[in-house]
Amino acid sequence: MKIGVLALQGAFREHLETLDAIGVEGVPVRLPEDLEGVSGLILPGGESTTMRHLIERWDLAGPILDLAATGAPLFGTCAGMIVLSREIVGGEAPVLPLLDVIVERNAFGRQLDSFEAELSVPVLGDTLVHAVFIRAPVIESVGADVDILGRLEDGRIVAVRERNVIATAFHPELAGETRFHRLVAAMASEHDDPGEGSGRRPHPTRRARNAT
Amino acid sequence: MTVETSTWATKKGLAQMLKGGVIMDVVTPDQAKIAEDAGAVAVMALERVPADIRAAGGVARMSDPSMIEGIMAAVSIPVMAKARIGHFVEAQVLEALGVDYIDESEVLTPADEVNHIDKHAFKVPFVCGCRNLGEALRRINEGSAMIRTKGEAGTGNVVEAVRQLRDVLSAIRRLQTMREDELFVAAKELQAPYELVKQVAADGKLPVVNFVAGGISTPSDAALVMQLGSEGVFVGSGIFKSEDPARMANAIVQATTHFDNPKIIADVSKGLGAPMRGIAMEAIPEQERLAVRGW
Repeated sequence: MKIGVLALQGAFREHLETLDAIGVEGVPVRLPEDLEGVSGLILPGGESTTMRHLIERWDLAGPILDLAATGAPLFGTCAGMIVLSREIVGGEAPVLPLLDVIVERNAFGRQLDSFEAELSVPVLGDTLVHAVFIRAPVIESVGADVDILGRLEDGRIVAVRERNVIATAFHPELAGETRFHRLVAAMASEHDDPGEGSGRRPHPTRRARNAT
Repeated sequence: MTVETSTWATKKGLAQMLKGGVIMDVVTPDQAKIAEDAGAVAVMALERVPADIRAAGGVARMSDPSMIEGIMAAVSIPVMAKARIGHFVEAQVLEALGVDYIDESEVLTPADEVNHIDKHAFKVPFVCGCRNLGEALRRINEGSAMIRTKGEAGTGNVVEAVRQLRDVLSAIRRLQTMREDELFVAAKELQAPYELVKQVAADGKLPVVNFVAGGISTPSDAALVMQLGSEGVFVGSGIFKSEDPARMANAIVQATTHFDNPKIIADVSKGLGAPMRGIAMEAIPEQERLAVRGW
C-alpha cells in the first residue's frame, strides 16, 4: 500500500518521514500520473495560494477529486485544510471542495500569533495531541455530515472529518504525532481491502489482486 | 490548556512551510500582488532590490515602515523585511510592525562589525545569510530559525550561490564521516558550538531550513540549486529586473517545484524574454562584495 503526499510545495518531507516512521510507503505527488496506485493522499502545510496555483497549473484537481470519490482517504494539514474546504472566508474560490465547512485563513493573525497547545482529540484516544499552529486557519462552521474531531479551549474548531476526508488546522507532522497518519493508513488499507475488520473473510483472490 | 506563542517550533516551522517555494523581493504593493499571483510563498519587502542598492552605493538601511505596511496589507502570504546586521533596533521596529520574518541581511550596510543581533530575544523569527557551515551554525546559535546562503546579491550571477551551497553541504557530509572524538576539533575549526556540530553530524542536515539566495535569475538557476540540495530559493533582483516579471516569477516557481524534471523546466523557460543583466564576479571590486559582510 502506498500513500501519496502532495509535493508541490511546503512540509511534504515531514509527512513522508512520518509515514516512514509508521512503516507505510509514501510517494511524492507532483503530477497527475504520480497518483497512480496510491491508496490515499496527504495534503501538507505550506502556502495555500501557491498550492492552489500549482494544482491548477498541473491539472491535479480532477484526478484528486476522482481519487476522493473512490473512497480513498485524504488528509489535509493547515494549508491542506484550506485546499480541501468548500468555502473560504473572503470569497476566494475553493480548490478541492470536499469538506462541507467554511474555513478562515490566517485566523489567529500573523506569525507572531503562531502557537503550540495541548489538544483533546477523542477519536485518537485519551493522550492529548501536541498541536503546532503556524499562521493557522480555523473552521468557522461545519455542515451536517461533518464530524468535529477537535476544538481549542475557546471552542474554535481545528480538526474535522467528513467520511473519507480528514483535516487539521495544526501540524501533527511537526510534533512527532503519528496517530493521524496511522488513522489515515488504516482507512487506506480498509479502502484497499474492505473485507478486513468487517467480519467477512476476504475473498481468496482479493489479496493477490491488490498486490499486483 | 497551556498555549505558548512564538516558540522555537513555530519559528522554525514557518520556514518549513515555505520549503519548495520561492521568496521574492518586492518594492511596492503592486509587485507584491504580482509575486503572490505568480505563486510566491512569501515576499521580502524592501525599498530597492539589491541590484539598485549596489548601483546606488551609500548606506542601505531598513525600509520605510509605511512601505512595509502597505505590502503587508496587499497580500495574504507571509511578509519578510530586512534589518541591518547587528541593528537590533531596526529588528525591534520590524517586530512591532508585525512582519512574519526578519532577514538580518548583508545586503544592507552592517550596523555592527562584531556582533550580530541576539535573535533569541525576539518573538519574530529570523533568517540569516551564510557563506559556509561555520557561519550558518553561528547564526543558528544566535537564534536564527532559517538559513540562506548569501550568494552575491544583485549580480544575476549564480556562481557564488553554487559555491556556498556546495561548501555548506559538503562540510556537512564531511562531519558525517568523522569519529565522535574528531567532532571537537571540527567544532573548533568551524568556530561553531560543539553541540550544534554534533547534531549536524548525526542528522546529516542543518537543524533549520536552508534556502539559497543571491544570484538566482532564471528557472534553470533555481532548479540547479534545488538539485544540489537547497530547500527553496530567494529571488531578489532576478524577477523585477527581468523583461517580463510576472512570467519570470511564475516560471521560477514552476522550476522550483519540478526541479528534477528537465522537460518541465525546458517548457517554462520558453520565450521568457531577457533575464536581468548579470555581472561577472571579476568585475566587482573586493570592497563592493556583499557576501563578505557578517562574521
